[in-house]
Amino acid sequence: MFSTTTGRLRAVKPALQAEGQNRKEVNGLAPKRIVLRFGKDISDKPIIYYLVKDYDLVINILKANVNPNKEGTLVLELSGENYDKGIEFLISQGVTVQPLAEEVFRNEERCTSCGACTGICPTGALHLERPSMEVKFDSDHCIVCQICVKVCPLKAMEVRF
Amino acid sequence: MAIERTYAEINEKIKSGKAVVLTAEEVLSLVEEKGVSGAARQVDVVTTGTFSAMCSSGVFLNFGHPKPRIRMQKVWLNGIPAYSGIAAVDAYLGATELPEDDPCNSNYPGEFRYGGGHVIHDLVARKPIKLEAVSYGTDCYPRRELETCITLDDINEATLFNPRNAYQNYNCAVNLSDRTIYTYLGMLKPGLGNAHYCSAGQLSPLLNDPYFLTIGIGTRIFLGGGTGYVAWSGTQHFPGIQEDGQGNSYGPAGGTLSLIGDLKQMKPNWLVGASILGYGATLMVGIGIPIPILNEEVMRCVSVSDSDLYAPVVDYSEAYGQRIPGNLGYVSYAQLKSGKISVNGREVPTAPLSSYPKAREIAGILKQWIEKGEFCLTEPVKLLPSCKDGITARTLEIKGT
Ligand code: SF4
Ligand code: SF4
Repeated sequence: MFSTTTGRLRAVKPALQAEGQNRKEVNGLAPKRIVLRFGKDISDKPIIYYLVKDYDLVINILKANVNPNKEGTLVLELSGENYDKGIEFLISQGVTVQPLAEEVFRNEERCTSCGACTGICPTGALHLERPSMEVKFDSDHCIVCQICVKVCPLKAMEVRF
Repeated sequence: MAIERTYAEINEKIKSGKAVVLTAEEVLSLVEEKGVSGAARQVDVVTTGTFSAMCSSGVFLNFGHPKPRIRMQKVWLNGIPAYSGIAAVDAYLGATELPEDDPCNSNYPGEFRYGGGHVIHDLVARKPIKLEAVSYGTDCYPRRELETCITLDDINEATLFNPRNAYQNYNCAVNLSDRTIYTYLGMLKPGLGNAHYCSAGQLSPLLNDPYFLTIGIGTRIFLGGGTGYVAWSGTQHFPGIQEDGQGNSYGPAGGTLSLIGDLKQMKPNWLVGASILGYGATLMVGIGIPIPILNEEVMRCVSVSDSDLYAPVVDYSEAYGQRIPGNLGYVSYAQLKSGKISVNGREVPTAPLSSYPKAREIAGILKQWIEKGEFCLTEPVKLLPSCKDGITARTLEIKGT
C-alpha cells in the first residue's frame, strides 16, 4: 500500500535533515516543486522510497492525497544531482509528473457558493460547510489539479503563477 | 376560528410597517413550535428564494434610432448574435447564445467562456457593450451597417423576459457509464462517482406553493436584484405530483414560471453570466417570491422542509438523453444536502448546483423590503394551472418524409 511508502519516507526525511544538509540547496541545486499523479494500479508501489534510495534525492512532501486502490496525488519539493534521472524513473513507472509553478486561489467576489466544484474537487479543499451550505476553500488541501478552474461556471477559481 | 386574510389587508399592514414576515426557512421553527394554525395567525407573508443557472432567460432591447436609420437585420452584442427578426431597432438576446466562431464542443469539453448570459451581466454591470448591426437597406431605413458602443443607460428599453425560470423541482443527476460526462447539471464522474442536484429545496418558490394557490400572472417578485413580475406560466409548465408506480407519492414537481422585469433596475450580482463546461453558456438568475399567508392551507404549504421534498435520481449518461422513462428512485433534499445519498445500493457523494446561501440571502432581502414597506404584494390577475389541470408533456415525433 502506498501509505506504507509515505510511512517509510517519514522515517527517511528526518535522517536527511539530521545530516545537516540545507534542504533548500542540496548540492547547489534549488529544489523544484512538482505534482505527481498515480493511477490506482501503481499506488501500492514504494516509488518515493526508490527516489531516495536509488537516486539520492531530497524530498519534502508538501501535500499528499493517497489512498489504497485509488488515484493519488503528491505535491513534492525535490532536489538532488540525479533529479532528471529520478523524474525519468517516475515517468517510466507510469506516474504523471507536472511542475508546480502555480497556485489556485478563489476570487471570493465571483464565487456564489453554487457548489458545482464541491463534488469534483478530489481532496475536499473545496467543500460545503453544513448547515450553512457555504462553499469553503481550504488552500492547504489543494493539490492544484485545476479541475475546479475548468468546472466553476463563474470562473471564480483562478491560477496564479 | 381559522384565519383568513386578503391581499388588501396584508398590504395595509405592509404600508403601516406592521406586517410579520418570515423566510421559508425561518417559518419552519415557528410551525414546529405553534403548529400550522398558530403560525398562520401570526405570520402575514413568507418569502422564498432561489439562485441558479436558468437557461431560458434573455432580454428584449430597443437601441434607439441612429442617423440615418437602420432596420437591423442581424445584430451582435460583444460578438454574441441577438435575434432581430422583430421591429427595426429591437432585438432579443438569449442567455445561451454563443459567438458564431465559438469552438463549442469541437474542443471537448467546450469552455463556452462568453455568451448571451455574460453580455446580460455586463449590461447590468453598466459596462460598455460593442453593438454591431447589418441590414439590406430600405427607402425608409437606408443604413446598411452600424458599429458603436452602448451602455444600459444609453438605450431605450431593456426588458428581461425569461420564458422558463424557477423550476419547481429538478432531477438529481448521476452517471452510470464508465466515462466522465459533461451535462447542464455539471461534470458527472463515471460509475456513480457523484450526484448533482439543483434546487433550493425548502426555500424554493414553487415548492412552497405546490398547488399554485397564490402565485399567478402579475405576482410581484424579486427578480435579478430588482422587482419583476410573473408574466405567465413558464414553457414546459407541467405541474404534477411525483409517484413511483407503487402508489407512493414524492411531492410536487414540474411547474415553471415565465418572468418579466425592467433590467435597468436590476443588479449584476443577481444576474451572473455562467459557463458550463462541455454544455454551454447561461445566466444565473436570482428570484424571490413572496407568499401571502391567506389561510391555513397556504401556511401548511410553506411549512414543508427539506425532509418532505424529493428529487428523482436520473442517469444522464443514457436514460436522460435517450428519453428512457423512469428513474433510479427518489431522494429527499435533506439527504441530498447531507452530502451522501444511496443509489443502486451504493453510497454516492452529492453536490448542489443551486446556491442555498444566495437563496437564503434573497429570501432575506425580500423580507426586508416588505418589512420596510417598500414592496407590496399584488393579487394575481389569474392563477396558473396546477396539478389538478393534468397538463402533460408532449414529445416531438420525428416524422418520415
Ligand atoms: S463552482 Fe465556482 S462559484 Fe460555484 S462554489 Fe465553486 S468556486 Fe464558487
Ligand atoms: S485545484 Fe481545485 S479541484 Fe483541484 S484540489 Fe485544488 S481546489 Fe480542489
